[in-house]
Order: sequence, then structure tokens, then C-alpha cells
Amino acid sequence: MRLSDLPKGATAVVDRVDDAHASDPIAQRLRDLGFVAGEPVRVVALGPLGADPLLIQIGSTRFALRRNEAARVMVRPEMTA
Amino acid sequence: MSTGTVRIALVGNPNCGKTALFNQLTGGRQKVANYAGVTVERKEGRFSAPSGRVLQVLDLPGTYSFDATSPDEQITRDVLEGNYPGEAAPDLVVCVADATNLRLHLRFVLEVKRLGRPVVLALNMMDAARRRGIVIDVAELSRRLGMPVVETVAVKRDGVKALIDRVDGEIPEAPPALPDDPASRADLHAQVRELLAATVTMPRATAELDDALDRWALHPVFGLAILAVVMFLIFQAVYAAGKPMSDLIGAGFGWLGEHATAWMPAGPLQSLLVDGVFGGIGTVIGFLPVILVLFFFILVLEESGYLPRAAFLLDRLMVSVGLTGRSFIPLLSSFACAIPGIMGTRSITDPRDRLATILVAPLMTCSARLPVYALLIGAFIPTRRVLGIFNMQGLVLFALYAAGVIGAMAVGWVIKKMRRDRSEHALLMELPSYRLPKVRDVAIGLWERGMIFLKRLTGVILGLTVLMWFLSTFPAAPAGATGPAIDYSFAGYIGRGLQVIFAPLGFNWQMSVSLIPAFAARETAVAALATVYAVGGDGADGAGLAQALAANFSLASALSLLVWFAFAPQCMSTLAVIRRETNSWRNVGISFGYMFVVAYVASFLTYQIASWLT
Repeated sequence: MRLSDLPKGATAVVDRVDDAHASDPIAQRLRDLGFVAGEPVRVVALGPLGADPLLIQIGSTRFALRRNEAARVMVRPEMTA
Repeated sequence: MSTGTVRIALVGNPNCGKTALFNQLTGGRQKVANYAGVTVERKEGRFSAPSGRVLQVLDLPGTYSFDATSPDEQITRDVLEGNYPGEAAPDLVVCVADATNLRLHLRFVLEVKRLGRPVVLALNMMDAARRRGIVIDVAELSRRLGMPVVETVAVKRDGVKALIDRVDGEIPEAPPALPDDPASRADLHAQVRELLAATVTMPRATAELDDALDRWALHPVFGLAILAVVMFLIFQAVYAAGKPMSDLIGAGFGWLGEHATAWMPAGPLQSLLVDGVFGGIGTVIGFLPVILVLFFFILVLEESGYLPRAAFLLDRLMVSVGLTGRSFIPLLSSFACAIPGIMGTRSITDPRDRLATILVAPLMTCSARLPVYALLIGAFIPTRRVLGIFNMQGLVLFALYAAGVIGAMAVGWVIKKMRRDRSEHALLMELPSYRLPKVRDVAIGLWERGMIFLKRLTGVILGLTVLMWFLSTFPAAPAGATGPAIDYSFAGYIGRGLQVIFAPLGFNWQMSVSLIPAFAARETAVAALATVYAVGGDGADGAGLAQALAANFSLASALSLLVWFAFAPQCMSTLAVIRRETNSWRNVGISFGYMFVVAYVASFLTYQIASWLT
């Protein structure tokens, strides 16, 4: 599923980042920031209007991503708890 | 090499404390704050190391990766590779990493290493890391990275000693340069994971305090409420704390002017000193407390790490008016002055979003408008209470600020509708840890701002005041003239010439002529009006200026002038900085043109409607 589909507070593991179009700089930047396979992520908060942007914690870092940015990140929901 | 200059470049991820480190090393006073993208240009300083060598330090903008997507990341890459015009490649690269955020920062360290230059890693914010129970095996990290690693606490005076000793010593051997290809870049994350597993133990991924504060600060309802309250309190405080101090200073200068020149014979020179120098400067210097109160709050907010939270909350709204959440920080700085605001837009990675932010930034009510607003509001708006609690004057001031914000939103929306490029542009913004503002940093920031204001005052403003006095005094009225002497002066002719353009807005010639110095610096309009009315013999001096204005023009004209100042293209420095930042006269033309039209139309409507109502 997509990172943008996760509810607030959910945790998941990154599977991959899809390019929205050929040589997508936003997807490349996401990979540089650490959105790579096996990395755990958590939805910390959602913006007040239209639940946009999403605040994503990855490692010790919190990144604000807009919905269509987060939609590039494919995740596997965590099965624990 | 034992003598000579060693050139050091500081690099690292955004907000890892490079500039604080730079300031500790060089004794500099560069601006630091708690959000990514404070340093947007290369800054240079030098210091003598214990060995007697001179170390030249370059502070570079923060960079996430060398796949540069913003202008400041490009600068960093060019400097390190020796491709920056007029800049030799540094002898030593000091890579700064936040010890509490190594997973992200180590990746960039590895990227720097691939460039094949001598590197030292500074693990910064070690105090915060220890508080959070993060343990780093520095020796092992150094061995695995193949570069010297030192611990630093850039915000403490003795926190950089280890780094100084290290850079003062032998330059470490450069690692082999590796080609920059996508496959090996993807591999960097795996290497970081390996490094972390072997050298770092972390009880908890984030600081508990951050999580607790963010639950409130980013809450969909409470978060917005907190933001609104914070903004409202700032503007109330500016009026409540700053205004009484301002009045005191204005009165003090009036008294000083009278007594300092009592021994002089009455005449043009005494009038220059009393009306021009003491009256004008006293009025403008009186606004120093107001400006300092405003800057105090902006500095505290910057230091605390709250501003990126505000950007997060407002991103969706900003996008709907053609801006981005990242625009919030430059726009907030523009309330102090549009110049740092426009320069701060460099942290907006996207050129389209950046240009839109630059175009609307001058509409934010900068501190130079405050003297004009305060004077006109004090002269024309009664001090009535509205609904028992609100001050009528405060409400008008708030309305003027709101007019700037709403105007900016409208302009942003129009720009969005007019542009052809509708493609997607990213936010991708890091939210830093909260931090208690340091008294020293805030004090330095206030001192610097105060000095800039005073320097402007003594240079530009004093010069313009004297010029205005000259224009208003000479040539003297011809023999047998019936009207006031100023009618025959240069100012009288220029003012009446300009009045042809501004009469439909309800401006008299005195107001029109004051717009000339206001174009150099808005706050001089106050001093200019004081000079023109004092020389014109309408009985204005310092504190009496408000009464003189009230006697000489109508409420409708005053409101029209207030609206003009809210929207007009003013302050040459702002236009100059737009030219410098966008490297285009076309954008200067667009800024000037649209603001002139908006200001003219808005003032015209204000004057016509207010005249009709009163």
C-alpha cells in the first residue's frame, strides 16, 4: 500500500519509492533522505486541512511530505501489536 | 605545511549546527536559527590557531545530498569540487553531523568522502545526544569511516576545543575519490545502517519532549489555535510594550532639541537642528523599541524550532494561494524587513514557489512602515475602546497588517492562475528538534538588528532629513510674497508637481513630497512630514507633528495614505535585493508595477469611499 494511505499513528516498513514519471527528482530526493527498502516509518501527524501534509518519522528524522509525495512511497504495514 | 593559511570548509546536512560551530571558531556573529536553510550564501571567517597558523573557515549552506535540487546545495557542491568561480578547493573539509540524527547525516558524510578530499567529521550536539542516552563508539566510527572524528558542542564556548586541536594538526590523508553513479549512491544507505549497528546505541529514536510538544503543536485544532494565539500576542505585545517606550524617547529628543539649541540665534540653521535633526531623528529613533520587541519574538520563534511546525500547519493553505509551507518563514521575517525575508527564500528549493514568495514578500508589513502607521493612527484614530476590550487604534493597526496578508494571498492566487507551469512541486521539509532559545543568541540578534536600524538612521535617514530641510527652505520666498515661504521652495514645486498624480488619492502636496524620501526608506516619511510642516510654519515640532497633521488633512486622506503605505512599491533596497536574488530586471519591473497599481487603486477607493462617508 501507499504511505499516504496510512492512518495517523500507523507504522510500516518502506518497500520502494516509485517514480511518478521518468527521472522523477522528488522520488530521487525521497530515496536520498532515507526512504529505502526495509526502513521503518511512522505517521506522526496529519495537517489540519485535508490531512495534508503528512508528518513522517523515519529514523530520528521527521519529514513533512505532501499527499502526492507520500503516495510515491510503497510500504508494508507492520504486523506487530 | 607548518605555516601559511589553511582553508577549511564546513559542510553538512541542514540544521546540524554548522553556523554555530563557525561562530565559535571564528568569533563571528552569523545568524543562527533552528530551521533548515538559514545560511544561504557562503560566509567566510578566519582565526589563529594555537600553533600560530591562520585558519580560514568557510560556512556553507546545508545540503542533504549532492544531487543538488536547490541553488544553495549547488553552491556547496561547486565549492567542494573547486568549481566555484574565484574559490580554490578547500584544504580540509569539516563535515558536521548532528549526533542525534546520524542515520540521515552519515549518508551525506559518506557522499562527501567520495569526493576524495581530506575530511574530518565533527559530531555536533553531543550534549543533546548524551541527554537522550545515545552512546557513540567514536573510535570505531572513525576507524570504519577512515577519517578523524571529533565531538563538539557548538553552542558552548569550550565545545569546539577538540575540533580546533584537530584542524590545527596534520591534514588527514584524502580518501580515494569514487565515481558518482546511481548504483553506488543507493548503496550508501546500506553502509549507514552497517555503521550505525556497529557504533551507535540509541534508547529511543526521538526525544520524548519533541513528541509531547508536537502532539499539541501539530494537532489539527489546537495546533492552529496555538499558532493564532502566538501571532496575536506578538502584535499586541509590540503595541503594548513598544509604544510607551517610543513615546518616551520621542519626548526626550524634543526636550533635547530645544535645550541643545537654545543658545543659537533663531534662523535657518537652528531650524535645521531643532526640526530636522532632533525632531526627525527623535521621531524615527523612537521606533527602535517597537522594532526590537518585534524582532525579539521572531528570534525566539526562530531559535525554538517552532517555525517549521507553523509551516507544516499552513502548507495546504499556502499551496491554495500559489505558495508553499516553506514560504511561511521568509514571509514572517518580512514582517521585520522584506530584505532578509527575500534573501531567506533561497531555502525554498523550487524556483517557481520561490519567485512567487519573493513577489509577495514586500506586502508583509515591515517594521519600517510602523513609524508611519503609528504616527497617522495616533493623529487620526480615536483611542476608543471597542467591545470593552479592544483598543480602536490597535484594531486599525491589526487591519493594516491583515490587509498586507490578504493582499499577498490575493496576489499569490493571481500568480498561480496566470502561470502556465502546473506541474508538481515538492515540500519535503524536515522538522527539527525543539530547543530552548539561548539568551546569548537572542541578545546578539537584537543587538545586530538594533545596530542596523541605527546605522540606517545615522546614514540614509539623516542625509535625507537634511536634504528635505534644504529643499523646503530654499529658495526663500521672493519679496512681497503673500503665502507661506515653503510654497516657493523646491519642495513646494516638486510636491505640487507630484500632486497631479496623487490628488485623486487625496494627498496634498506635503504628503506627495514625503513619498520621495519614503522610496529610499519608508520611515523617513515621518521625518520628512515633520520637516515640511515645521519649516512651513504650521507649528509642528517633534511631538506636535500629530496635531499638525490632524489640522492639515482629512481623515479620508490619512486613511488613503495608510493604505498607500500598505501596498506601495517602496524602499529601493527591497527592489535592489529582488534584482540581486532573481538576477532579473523584469522581476523588479513586475514587482514595482503590480504594487503601484494595487496601491493606487486601493488608496483611490479608500479616499473616495471615506470622503463619501465622512
